[in-house]
Amino acid sequence: MKGVEYEYKGLTEPALKNINFSVNAGEFISIIGSNGSGKSTLAKLLNVLLLPARGEILVNGLSTSNEENRSKIRQNVGMVFQNPDNQLVATMVEDDVAFGPENLGIPGPEIRARVDNALKMVDMDGFQRYSPHKLSGGQKQRVAIAGIIAMEPSCVVLDEPTAMLDPRGRKEVMDTISYLNREKKITIIYITHFMEEASLADKIFVMHRGQIINTGTPEQIFKDIRSLKEVNLDVPLVVELAESLRKEGFSVPGVMSIDGLVNYICS
Amino acid sequence: MFIELKNIFHEYNQDQLVKALVDINLSITGSEFIGLVGHTGSGKSTLVQLLNGLIKPTRGQIIIDGIDITAEKVNLNRIRQKIGLVFQYPEHQLFEETVYEDVAFGPRNLDLNEVEVKKRVEESLALVGLEYEKIKDRSPFNLSGGQQRKVAIAGVLAMKPGVLILDEPSAGLDPRGRDQLIDLLYNLHFEYEMTIILISHRMEEIARLATRVLVLDHGKLVLDGSPQEVFSNRKKMQELGLDLPQITDILHRLRERGFDNIRTDIFTISEASREIVTELRRRD
Amino acid sequence: MLKDITIGQYIPGNSIVHRLDPRVKMINIIILIISLFLIGRFTGFAIFLAFVIFTILISDLPVKRVLNGLKPIFFLILITLVLHIFLTKGGTVFWQWRFISIEEEGIYTGLFMVSRILLLIMFTSILTLTTSPLQLTDGIEYLLSPLKRFGVPASELSMMMTIALRFIPTLLEEADKIMKAQMARGADFESGNIIQRARNLIPLLVPLFISAFRRADDLALAMESRCYQGGEGRTRLHELKVQKHDIVSLVISSVIAIIVSFY
Repeated sequence: MKGVEYEYKGLTEPALKNINFSVNAGEFISIIGSNGSGKSTLAKLLNVLLLPARGEILVNGLSTSNEENRSKIRQNVGMVFQNPDNQLVATMVEDDVAFGPENLGIPGPEIRARVDNALKMVDMDGFQRYSPHKLSGGQKQRVAIAGIIAMEPSCVVLDEPTAMLDPRGRKEVMDTISYLNREKKITIIYITHFMEEASLADKIFVMHRGQIINTGTPEQIFKDIRSLKEVNLDVPLVVELAESLRKEGFSVPGVMSIDGLVNYICS
Repeated sequence: MFIELKNIFHEYNQDQLVKALVDINLSITGSEFIGLVGHTGSGKSTLVQLLNGLIKPTRGQIIIDGIDITAEKVNLNRIRQKIGLVFQYPEHQLFEETVYEDVAFGPRNLDLNEVEVKKRVEESLALVGLEYEKIKDRSPFNLSGGQQRKVAIAGVLAMKPGVLILDEPSAGLDPRGRDQLIDLLYNLHFEYEMTIILISHRMEEIARLATRVLVLDHGKLVLDGSPQEVFSNRKKMQELGLDLPQITDILHRLRERGFDNIRTDIFTISEASREIVTELRRRD
Repeated sequence: MLKDITIGQYIPGNSIVHRLDPRVKMINIIILIISLFLIGRFTGFAIFLAFVIFTILISDLPVKRVLNGLKPIFFLILITLVLHIFLTKGGTVFWQWRFISIEEEGIYTGLFMVSRILLLIMFTSILTLTTSPLQLTDGIEYLLSPLKRFGVPASELSMMMTIALRFIPTLLEEADKIMKAQMARGADFESGNIIQRARNLIPLLVPLFISAFRRADDLALAMESRCYQGGEGRTRLHELKVQKHDIVSLVISSVIAIIVSFY
C-alpha cells in the first residue's frame, strides 16, 4: 500500500490517512486498533470491496484500481468476516465451500476435491452434508475459512473473526489460522481486539484514527504499555505482569506467553 | 430481593428431550454479584430466562420475593419489572425513532405517568454515562456500537429492577468499551446495591466483579462458591474445559513448578506481582 | 415456539424415487398431471391411483405423511363436491325439495373432480417429500434455463431461493430472541384486539427488518469478495446428470399417461 487514503461520504474525517506498508508472502500480520480506527476499511481495500480515493494498493504486483484485476485479486486475497452467520450462502456445508470455486468456473470434479481438502484443512471433514444453521459459531467460522481456502488464495484477510465466538470457538479458529500460516504458508492479515491473539503474529500494526501509528514485533509493540493505553488498547496480561516484575528489579525478557513467563520465574 | 430455585428441571424440544437444566437448587440473596460461567449450551441462558418468567420450567419452583412465579396466573409483568434482563447484543432490540422513546418503552409498559417516565429515562441514561440532553433526540441507529449498547442497557435499567441479569454484555466491545462496562456494573452493584447476575466467558471480568461464582455444565450446577474458591479448584475447571483468569493460571503453574507456598486466590496484576516477588526473594 | 416451523417437507431417504434427477422428476410430474386432466373414466383414475400407491411404496414414504398433505385441502374438496352435487343437473333425479335437487350427473361429476384433485395433490406431495429444497431449486433453475435467452434470470432466481432457505431458520431464531427481549421490557404480544396486537408487533418487526437488512448487506459483501458475479460462467459442484433409471422412469410415466388418457 502506498499513500492510501479513503473517505466515506458525509463524514468529515477521512477513514484512512496516508497508509503505507508492505506485507511479504508467508507473513502473519495482526492489525489492532479501537473501534472506528479504520481497520475494517483497510481490510475491504485489500479485497477490492472498496477502492482507495488516493494512492495505490498492489497485490502480487496487480493494482486494485484496475478493474481487470478485480476477480484475480479477490481470488488471491480471501476475506473472512466477523459474523459467521452472515457469510454462509448455502443450506449445506459443502455447497457453501463450493461457492467460491463455482464462481471461478472450476470444473465440477475438481471442486469436489477442493471442497473435501479445504474442509480437512479446517478440521471439519465429515460435516459436508450438515446444515450451517446447526453448527456452533466456531464451526461456522471454520466453514467460512474453508470456503476461502477452496479458492486457493495466497493470502487470507480476517476481520475480527473471533469477536462473536466463545473461548472454545476462538481457540478453534486461532488454531486453524496458525496451521494455515505455518503449514500451508498462507499469508495472514488478522484484525482483532484480543491482544492475546495479536501476540501470535510475526508483526503487529497499530491503527488509530485512520493511521498506522506503530508497527513492530509483538515484543516491540507491547513494550510501550502507556502509548497503547492512550489509543484505548490493552496489552496482554502476561506482558503487564512481566512489566510489573521488571519494576521490582527483575530483568524479565520480553515474554509473550504464560509459559514464557512461568519458565523465566522458575529459572 | 431474594430468589430461590427448588429442584428445577427444564427440557425443551419435545421430540428429542434436550435436557437444558437438571435439578438446580439455588438461593440468591440481595447483596450478591453472581458470575455465571459455563460453555455455550450449558444451560446459562435457559436459567436466566426462567428467572425472568420468559420460559417455564418443566418441573420445580422458582420463588422471587416470596412469589412463586411458576404458579398459574402469576402477573409476569411484575416479575419482569423486578428482574431486568439484558440479552446478548442488546443493541439489536432498539426500535424507536429516538433514544428517549426507546428507553421509555419499558417504563411505559409499566403504565407510569409521563413525569415519572421522563425521570426514569434521565436517570438511566445518566447511569450508563450518556448525556441526556445531547442524546435524547438522536436516532439510536446513528450511534456507535458502544453507545447503542449503553442505550439498550439504559432501557432495562429504566424499569428499575432489583436484580439485573446480563448475558455477555461486553461481547464485541473494544478494550475501552469493556472497561466502561465493567465500571458501570461495579457502580450498579456497589453503589446502587443492585443484585447482579453476569454471564461471561471472560474470567477476568468475573474474578474482578463477582462475589460468588456459579459454574454450569450440561445443565447441572457443578461449582458454587466465592471466586477464590472456584478458581483455586484448577483441576475441576480443567476437567470442565473452562479457562481460569490468566493471573490465577500463572500462579497455579508456579505452584506446580515448586513454589509450594504461593497463593492462588489472587486476581489482580499488582497483587500477583507482589506475591511472586515475595516468593522469589524468599528463595534467594 | 417459532423455531419449530419446518421449511418444506422433505423426508431424507435413499430410494430410487429419491435418487431420480430432480429435473426428470419434475418432467414426470408434468406429464402425469396433464394426463390426469385428460382422464375420461373412473377406470383411468383407478389405474392412476394404483400407480400413485406403487410410487409411494417404492419411495419408502410413510403413508400417513402423504395423507397428511391432503388435510389442508379438505375444505376445497368438500366445497367442490357439494357444489357439483347440488348444481350439476342431468340423469336420474334422486332427491328433490322445491327447486333444490340432487341428480345423477351431479354426483358423478362431483366424485370425478374430487378424485382428480386428490390424486393431483397426492402425486405432487410425493415430489416435495422425496426432493430436498436444494434439489428442487437446482431442478427449477435447469428447467428455466432455456428462458435465459428471453431475459429470465434463472440462476439468480435459484440463488435467491437458496439464500432464502438458508436464512429463514436464522431469522426465525432471531425473531424469537427479539420477542423475548421485548417481553423482558414488559412488551405484550398476546392480548388486545387486532389493531392493538398489530401495533404491539412494531417492537419486534422493526429490529427484525433492520437485522435482515444488515445481514443482507454483510452477505452481499461476503459473496462479492468470493468472486460472485451473477450466474454467468459459474460451474456447479453437483452437476445434474441424467442416468439410466431416469430414462426408465420417463418411459413408465409416459406409458401410464397414455393409457389413462385414452382408455
